[in-house]
Amino acid sequence: MSDNNNIIIAKDLSKKYNEHLVVDNLNLAIKKGEIFGLLGPNGAGKSTVILMALGLTEPSSGSINVAGFNSTREPLKVKRITGYLPEKVGFYDDMTAKSNLTYTAELNNIPYRETPKKIDEVLEIVELTKNKNQLVKTFSKGMKQRLGIADVLIKDPQLVIFDEPTEGLDLKVANQILQTILDLNKQKNITFLLSSHQLNLMQRVCPRVGILSRGKLIGEGNVENLGRNLFGGGKYRIELELEKVTGEIIEKLKKLDKVVNVNKVDNQLQVVCDKDIRQDISRLIANEGILMTRMNMKQDALEEIYLKYFKEE
Amino acid sequence: MRSILTVYRKELTDHFSSNKFLVLLALIYIAGLSSTYVALQNIRESASGLSKNVFLYLFTTGGDVLPSFITFISFFIPIIGIIFGFDAINSEKNSGNLSRILSQPIYRDSIINGKFLAGITTLSIIIASIVFIISGIGLFSIGVPPTSEEILRIFFFIFICIFYGGFWMGLSILFSVIMEKTAASILTAIAIWIFLMFFLPIIANAIANAVVSPESASVADQLRNYTIEHSISRISPATLFAEAITVLLVPMGGNILVNPVAYEQSYSMIQSGQMLLNPLSIGQSLIQVWPQLVVIVALAIICFAISYIIFMRQEIRST
Repeated sequence: MSDNNNIIIAKDLSKKYNEHLVVDNLNLAIKKGEIFGLLGPNGAGKSTVILMALGLTEPSSGSINVAGFNSTREPLKVKRITGYLPEKVGFYDDMTAKSNLTYTAELNNIPYRETPKKIDEVLEIVELTKNKNQLVKTFSKGMKQRLGIADVLIKDPQLVIFDEPTEGLDLKVANQILQTILDLNKQKNITFLLSSHQLNLMQRVCPRVGILSRGKLIGEGNVENLGRNLFGGGKYRIELELEKVTGEIIEKLKKLDKVVNVNKVDNQLQVVCDKDIRQDISRLIANEGILMTRMNMKQDALEEIYLKYFKEE
Repeated sequence: MRSILTVYRKELTDHFSSNKFLVLLALIYIAGLSSTYVALQNIRESASGLSKNVFLYLFTTGGDVLPSFITFISFFIPIIGIIFGFDAINSEKNSGNLSRILSQPIYRDSIINGKFLAGITTLSIIIASIVFIISGIGLFSIGVPPTSEEILRIFFFIFICIFYGGFWMGLSILFSVIMEKTAASILTAIAIWIFLMFFLPIIANAIANAVVSPESASVADQLRNYTIEHSISRISPATLFAEAITVLLVPMGGNILVNPVAYEQSYSMIQSGQMLLNPLSIGQSLIQVWPQLVVIVALAIICFAISYIIFMRQEIRST
């Protein structure tokens, strides 16, 4: 874990509430400029990790550093460069979008003369320029979420932490939010730490994820590698349902190019491979004169990886 | 310090633009002006009998129908304090604002300090404005300017009112820190106010009567009964506040009203003309109310300090 390349470094991080261990000896490094997904069921400790990263709660042991600042000892320095959008983002409903952002700018000590320009800039990014003088109580959930993104951008953060950024949003709005995250990451090189349950959406934006369970990091890496480790290698899994399964056909399937492994479950076979070889398999089965009743292919999906981890626990 | 000012300014703007501020201001102005009208009538009727501290009668004189201004203010100050504090923290928590604000580069105490200071400022403005309006009307109507001592007494009165309001605000902020729902925090604060204002005197009377029968013929027993009742009543900040403002604004005999033994002994003598009252100087009045004043200030500080400590130790989550 080189400190220079990482924006978040958690070392032996633990958090106890009374005797209940919520985060257990967590070691995690998030690289500068990446989009990292923190996954786990409710109560896994994701929010506690986020609170410790922001210096809003103290670790029981270990440490967490953000951009070289210790979150416990230097929380203001951490919060100066970190934007946080909680799961339930709130704004002052009786104030306009502009007034809410002005308040955030004041809390961040942004010079008064620069504030209007800054507000226009961030509202343009989230496409809320037209709604600048509208009261927040008239905003939809999606608009509030976009305003939340504008709110974190006002301080020009190096790191943005989003807790369930797409929760409760329809697919179209969720995709817009994710696209904004991708654009910001690309254009401004902002690092994102996303915590979410919506794994299919997370897979779209997070090249690397960490899976938390009962406070422990049980898996970490890019989605492809996680799948490879979990399913015994191979990016694709082709499932076959045959009239009869013989040892001979298993051996022949294993000899096909790019096949990593063949598993048998009743009269079903699962061919783990690095390439889509459905045509080769069909040809082989037909040549052997065996009736194939079903064939389908699965690519490593984050959801499957996630379920597999929690099934094996 | 800068972040406290930012929070303070925002909260102050919120208070001044809120409906609750306008409603409270209207109520206090109506009550204050009505009691001033009654007081002016009474002052005019008995103008010849009032030789000293005429100006203070504006605040302490009531009529058959309407009570005096200080009676009104004793009711309104706790209400103002409670209303400006009951949702200070829990409403921010429930709306999801607190997590967002705490993630900004500010110290956590800036929020609670800024809110408390803004509440106190609003309360001070409400009280000071009505007191100055009454003083202005009084000056214009009775044509007698206040003496420097009367002005000092009025300023001390405002000061005590602010701390008394600060106690109720601190208490309601405490409930807003420890209770999740705003309805629960306002109801608890109001329940405590009702208990201290209305039920404690009844309980004090019942306990005193149980310890020493009021039917007893002995003067010593009657005094003991009165002392017990009064001592128990003094648990309530409302009693302490009433005593403090009575002594301050009624220099002539106000001190006797709050001292049960002196009151019992002096009442018949004053009535029969055997004892003549002399007004207390401002210094003497302050010495008389010093214990009450210290307790009110201490209670306000204690309530706010407890809220502060609990808030600083709380873990704020958005869900």
